[in-house]
Amino acid sequence: MTDRPIKVLIAKPGLDGHDRGAKVLARGLRDEGFEVVYTGLRQTPEMIVTAALQEDVDVVGLSILSGAHQTLLPKVCGLLKEKGMSDVLVVAGGIIPDEDVPSLRKAGVTAVFGPGTTIAQVAEFVRANARPRD
Amino acid sequence: MGTAVERAGELSEAALSGDRRALARLLTAVENRTPLAEAALRQLYPRAGRAQLIGVTGPPGAGKSTLVAALIGELRRSGRPVAVVAVDPSSPITGGAVLGDRVRMQAYAGDDGVFIRSMASRGHSGGLAYATTAAAAVFDAVGFDVVLIETVGTGQSEVEVAATADTTVVVEAPEMGDEIQAIKAGLLEVADIVVVNKGDRPGAQRTASQLRAMLADAPREARPGGPAPKRPEVLLTTAATGEGVADLLAAIDRHRGAAGAAGDANRLTRAEAQVWAVLADRLRERARTIEAAPVAAELLRAVAAHELDPYAAADSLLALMVSAERE
Repeated sequence: MTDRPIKVLIAKPGLDGHDRGAKVLARGLRDEGFEVVYTGLRQTPEMIVTAALQEDVDVVGLSILSGAHQTLLPKVCGLLKEKGMSDVLVVAGGIIPDEDVPSLRKAGVTAVFGPGTTIAQVAEFVRANARPRD
Repeated sequence: MGTAVERAGELSEAALSGDRRALARLLTAVENRTPLAEAALRQLYPRAGRAQLIGVTGPPGAGKSTLVAALIGELRRSGRPVAVVAVDPSSPITGGAVLGDRVRMQAYAGDDGVFIRSMASRGHSGGLAYATTAAAAVFDAVGFDVVLIETVGTGQSEVEVAATADTTVVVEAPEMGDEIQAIKAGLLEVADIVVVNKGDRPGAQRTASQLRAMLADAPREARPGGPAPKRPEVLLTTAATGEGVADLLAAIDRHRGAAGAAGDANRLTRAEAQVWAVLADRLRERARTIEAAPVAAELLRAVAAHELDPYAAADSLLALMVSAERE
């Protein structure tokens, strides 16, 4: 009936305890009119994909500062594919060196947002690239 | 419509056979009130009606999500499949929302007998009750034994949603206010069970006794034509440690067993919420078809010029809708 807002999962995979960025983003995307599911710290790829599946989100945003992105992010993408959720847009942010970006893209992370990215840039990218909703 | 019915059939079949992705998609359709949701609910509704609906509401920060997580744990110990509908508010300004209730419930990610779904309240009147009731019916149909509906106890529609469950649990925290807070209209009136959570905090016992004293003063007899007054039990829990949670679940099951006529009234209220929401949608749809008619524009012009009052104009349009229906 109504135009459904885009639904985004914001999750922090791995063991670093720095969730300020993820919370700022969750709140910023709320202000941009998104419905944001926030799952908190120390999530395993299995927990993240279970949440994405149950919530039927359009987008998964992963914030990671621990340096374990090359292990954890491809794992999330792989599990999403396994569950038939390849249409879900995966983006990442945090501290991720430029030279790691190409391999992450190949694994299924569509965009990597580094320090200095504005909320508006993230919102615009998500609006342009999230799957069409029925 | 043909394709929506087919797709609904496929998704319902899949969800009934345990496909969680299909279940999630159905819930999205229900939330968005799409034609697919209608087709699916028509198939699933006859299979629902067995699940136990538990509403959990209370002020922000009282510990509702933590308590729901503890209840899930308790229910899973006896092997009962549990679904959760966790409602958080939508922004009236932007329509956005932060749905944060899952943070406390992540321990069950590997358990196929637990399904947690967050929902934004989205602000349309009557819509929230429709969406949560319909979501509960979907969970019920696919075999979830218990559906927990968690809402923030601020805002009338949120309280109403929890109030139409089979059992409504109102969660309070210690030192949240004096006796005057307890006799204000709203939250405590809908409680079948009152929980003072954070029972390990100083003042928890005192808050519980104050609430017991206030609630004991409630009238014993129903007013003529009114519902029987509720006489809720007041329990103490510490959800973070699980203290008191087994007793709470036992109280919930006792309440359900003893509900009788009140239980029937709750079921009628839920039916009403659904039927009226659908009826309003249908009428709005019909109204749109006559909106374009030249006579509608003429009536609006007359109202704008104060040649006609809005009531007369609306009555004319209604008559037009009814006669269009007969053709």
